[in-house]
Amino acid sequence: MLKDITIGQYFPGETIIHRLDPRIKISIIVMFITSLFFVNRFFPYIFIVAFILIAISLSKVPIKFIIKGLRPLMFIILITFLINVFMTKGEVIFTLGPLSVTKEGLSQATFMALRLVFLVTGTSLLTLTTSPISLTDGIEELLKPFKRIGLPSHELAMMMTIALRFIPTLLEETDKIMKAQMARGADFESGNIIKRAKNLVPLLVPLFVNAFRRADELAIAMEARCYRGGEGRTRLNELKLDKKDIGIFASMALFFLFILSTRFI
Amino acid sequence: MIIKIDNLNYVYNANTPFEKKALDNINLEVEKGEFIGLIGHTGSGKSTLVQHLNGLIRVQSGSLYIDGFDISKKETKLKKIRQKVGLVFQYPEYQLFEETIYKDIAFGPRNLGLNEDEIKARVIEAMDIVGLDYETLKERSPFELSGGQKRRVAIAGVVAMKPKVLVLDEPTAGLDPNGRDEILAEVFDLFKKGGITVVLVSHNMEDIAKIVSRILVMDKGKIVMDGLPRDIFKRRQELEDIGLGIPQITKFMQEYKARGHDINSDILTVEEAKEELIRYLRGNENA
Repeated sequence: MLKDITIGQYFPGETIIHRLDPRIKISIIVMFITSLFFVNRFFPYIFIVAFILIAISLSKVPIKFIIKGLRPLMFIILITFLINVFMTKGEVIFTLGPLSVTKEGLSQATFMALRLVFLVTGTSLLTLTTSPISLTDGIEELLKPFKRIGLPSHELAMMMTIALRFIPTLLEETDKIMKAQMARGADFESGNIIKRAKNLVPLLVPLFVNAFRRADELAIAMEARCYRGGEGRTRLNELKLDKKDIGIFASMALFFLFILSTRFI
Repeated sequence: MIIKIDNLNYVYNANTPFEKKALDNINLEVEKGEFIGLIGHTGSGKSTLVQHLNGLIRVQSGSLYIDGFDISKKETKLKKIRQKVGLVFQYPEYQLFEETIYKDIAFGPRNLGLNEDEIKARVIEAMDIVGLDYETLKERSPFELSGGQKRRVAIAGVVAMKPKVLVLDEPTAGLDPNGRDEILAEVFDLFKKGGITVVLVSHNMEDIAKIVSRILVMDKGKIVMDGLPRDIFKRRQELEDIGLGIPQITKFMQEYKARGHDINSDILTVEEAKEELIRYLRGNENA
């Protein structure tokens, strides 16, 4: 199950999507998310789906891989769906005890569930096609203008790099500790919610202890190499925009402007 | 036969760019009461193989019997298998979690559903086996101990489950020479008491040479050698080709013999080498 989480995982490749400047990619994703939440009816979703499908096929990330990434979130999506189905007032289709399903509820629920699915697919596509390093480089560059108002953009980016960097490590470690405790007869898969939560103690305690230990070691290792933050720091690969990047950015901006405008039609 | 493996294969991350074949058609039979040394380079598939032994990794293809139970079958109760096969992972000290050492070691036996008296008896016995003093340590926190002591607590936690097969994955990694010898000696004592089969995973020949009765060498997911330590160490060139070595003392004796000294180079420990060299040199004097 743990291995199914694809958020923050990088799927290496040499496609046009992979090579796109990370700043452009992040801006596109921001526009993508904005339009997702701006859209208030079904038909613009056709364009969103088309956008996602084209991006996926260009990136050559297997669709299976992306669907697998959705699996851990199924629970949240399902809850959102159910709450919307039962809590929206309107024309009643049928009742189930104290709960009633309305026509509006059904459409609202589908809408919300789709929104979440698109949100996760779009954003995971970003992390799947952008290596963590270039992702944080991009974020750092994008946040630079806010340095004037005291936003430590380099430090934030560094924190993100480290957090992303440790996702696989911590997952691996979780897996290992889980196995070790299972070897001692621990059971993570049965029992009710309270019992399951209790059963997690043998997993969480070592995980936290190890995470703190790692943080400590990393801090010392960074200090030993004279790391002192962003001031005057240069980098090996400077980000440079070329014509293609700008072209893609412009057309995507138009595309999302169009989607935003559908709200006012 | 306590372990029987037929045509076992395992692939990590199948159908992704990270696909990696970890086990390639493994066939293996282990008799009760054997002391096996499993050697291989990092990434040779040792850990994958031992995790199969108690069902932590599900069999993808092939079959695997532990004490007559078929693990590859879905309906086999894994809890039962995990009681039979105790697995001590690499750096097991990072899995300690309880407030007291007693509770931590009792975790396994408690999961087996034993009663409080039996649990206590087992904790006392397990602590004795790994050389920890029960009275002074039982109420202390495992996090206060030194690295070597923590590891002993973790090993005791598995020993207390009284497995029929005890698998130790690099139990001496990162320990100082004293700690290493002590832990190996404790494992060997436990083995000598009888009734238990031990699989010791390592990439350190020195560790293994002294105590095991049979060596398995793995390379790229395959078992490439299987035999008595003495026979395995004669194939020095092959071992070096896959990035493994032989114990230094064996190497020394082989080199010495190669320089024209008529000695028996079939040596595994410094002690044996001493005897052999004394015999040889005395023989020379008398001649």
